[in-house]
Amino acid sequence: MPNARNITYRSAVLEALAGEMRRDQNVILIGEDVGAAGGVFKQTDGLHAEFGEERVIDTPISEAGAFGLAIGAAMAGQRPVFEVMFGDFITLVMDQLVNQAAKVNYMSAGQFSVPLVLRTAVGIGANLGPQHSQSLHAWTAHIPGLKVVMPSTPADAKGLMTAAIRDDNPVVFFEDRMLYNVSGEVPQFEHVVPIGSAEVKRPGRDVSIIATSRMVHIALAAAELLAHENVSVEVVDPRSLVPLDIDTLVASVKKTSRAVVVDGGYRQYGVTGEIAATIAEEAFDWLDAPIMRVGGANVPIPFSKSIEPLMLPDAAKLAAIVAQLLHGTR
Amino acid sequence: MRHGRLEKADADEAAVNRVVLPPKDEAISLLRTMQLIRAFEEQVRSLFFGGIIPGLVHLCAGQEAVAVGVCSQLRTSDKIASNHRGHGHCLAKGADVRRLMAEIMGRRSGYGLGRGGSLHIFDVVNGNLGTNGIVGGGIPLAVGAAFSAKRNGRGDVAVCFFGDGALNQGLLFEAMNMAAIWRLPVVFVCENNGYGEFTASEHVTAGRDPKARGASFDIPSEAVDGMDVLAVREAARRGISRARAGEGPSFLVCTTYRYGGHHAGDKQEYKDTAEIEAWRQKDPIERLGRQLQDENLVTSKVIAALKGAVETEVREAVEFARAAPMPEPQDLGLHLYA
Repeated sequence: MPNARNITYRSAVLEALAGEMRRDQNVILIGEDVGAAGGVFKQTDGLHAEFGEERVIDTPISEAGAFGLAIGAAMAGQRPVFEVMFGDFITLVMDQLVNQAAKVNYMSAGQFSVPLVLRTAVGIGANLGPQHSQSLHAWTAHIPGLKVVMPSTPADAKGLMTAAIRDDNPVVFFEDRMLYNVSGEVPQFEHVVPIGSAEVKRPGRDVSIIATSRMVHIALAAAELLAHENVSVEVVDPRSLVPLDIDTLVASVKKTSRAVVVDGGYRQYGVTGEIAATIAEEAFDWLDAPIMRVGGANVPIPFSKSIEPLMLPDAAKLAAIVAQLLHGTR
Repeated sequence: MRHGRLEKADADEAAVNRVVLPPKDEAISLLRTMQLIRAFEEQVRSLFFGGIIPGLVHLCAGQEAVAVGVCSQLRTSDKIASNHRGHGHCLAKGADVRRLMAEIMGRRSGYGLGRGGSLHIFDVVNGNLGTNGIVGGGIPLAVGAAFSAKRNGRGDVAVCFFGDGALNQGLLFEAMNMAAIWRLPVVFVCENNGYGEFTASEHVTAGRDPKARGASFDIPSEAVDGMDVLAVREAARRGISRARAGEGPSFLVCTTYRYGGHHAGDKQEYKDTAEIEAWRQKDPIERLGRQLQDENLVTSKVIAALKGAVETEVREAVEFARAAPMPEPQDLGLHLYA
């Protein structure tokens, strides 16, 4: 990567925000404690100092109203990045997201667009309990008119946030909070990853693991474990759920003939089902085994350290699931 | 009559606010726009019962003075956010009568290619952020437009229109709070017609005085006779001037009445006919017409001619819309994304 440095996922998103705010005066940041406090995860640190309270706006704890305000501002020419502090709280903005933002361009026949980014932090693993740990991205992916992005690496986080801010549509941007301190190579200057492009994160021959966000890292670790058993795993990261780069996913499965789909949201009626069904429709004749879905347990996410980890598989458990698939015992 | 007894204090305030007629041209323009809205709604009603307009339509006949009085004080670059009973707001803000009718009829020549319908009419040229199918849904959109206007610094303002039903939506209070703390150039306009759908507001709304809801945020709030276009115009002028001057939001509670039901097909069995008749005696169009004649600004003949002209305009719009093409299958997926 040219001009790359090793920086954290948190810094990568921040770099994209600052870069776009310097580039376009219409980009503003709106949210709870995003200003002087610098964000509850320090994810907006320094923006208030550089851009001032006119462009980095601390809102009251009024998610629905403040998000509605962001939509109205976007319709009137601003390009807001709106932060929902915890992904669980997108339930509070759902009406404005689903019934207004997603439909304005369509209903107005393109007279008004809604160029905004809704960013939010999700993810199991910080002992935040049932109302502060959920990954509800599948809800948003269900709604036509929204774009839904979930980067797994610092470089993708910068590139996709840049693309999201430049996009003239409402983009929902899910950041796994357990990735904030993960470091990786990130281009120093402008870096754009097109929304709707999947990426093969590790090439392989025997089985495709299609994984989203933090589960990409679990999948890569599982692939490493399986490599010791001479199993060659391909890891594919869709990077955005809407639009979904079906071609890259299907090409991988046609090559390996086996697919395991892994996502950090609840498994029931979730992202894994949608992707598995799409693969079944597009690549049924190439499959040598049933498509496996691996997702969050269908229970509220418990607080206690002893059982929260049971919500999702770790690398060893995922490797075991893949091994069962390969050996025909599933 | 259950609805609309202006409380004594409000009536006194309304009396203080009574204003002289505006210049003749403007007064005639107010009358003409109210007549246009009335004629438009009568045609929509008839087309609905004729099976030409499908779905649901929510008519504003009786409430014309609020839309016209407020929008008379707005410029094209100012924004409005309307609601489900929004044809009057669209017309008062300058909408093309033909495209509006075409949209309501589901024709491709409409503002949204016939894919929005009555509840979803957007007009970017005239700064209309849309009629809205969600009660209270447009309120924060207007506040956002006001936020943008404040940033742009050109003195533009935004207005949101909502009914008494939205007085009980939490979104209103979130929006009022932000408008107040950031002194945004927005005017909140409640069209209090006494009913939320099929239920009298007094059965579902606590608090004697709706304007107290704005006052609790220190937003200048006033009661307005919503059947008097001149009173509305004057109150709107005050609120909009305040907004343009950077002095923040205002709240107008306009007492008004819808002659028809919640939607065109609603038989209004929850209202008594005496009540409807009493409100018809306060008709805003008749009232302004009388005032203009009393001041010798126009004759009854001129008023009749104006009425005839808008009725012709609306009939032509109906002909245009009926002749307009329906959306094609390829329009189904158009504009999903910008």
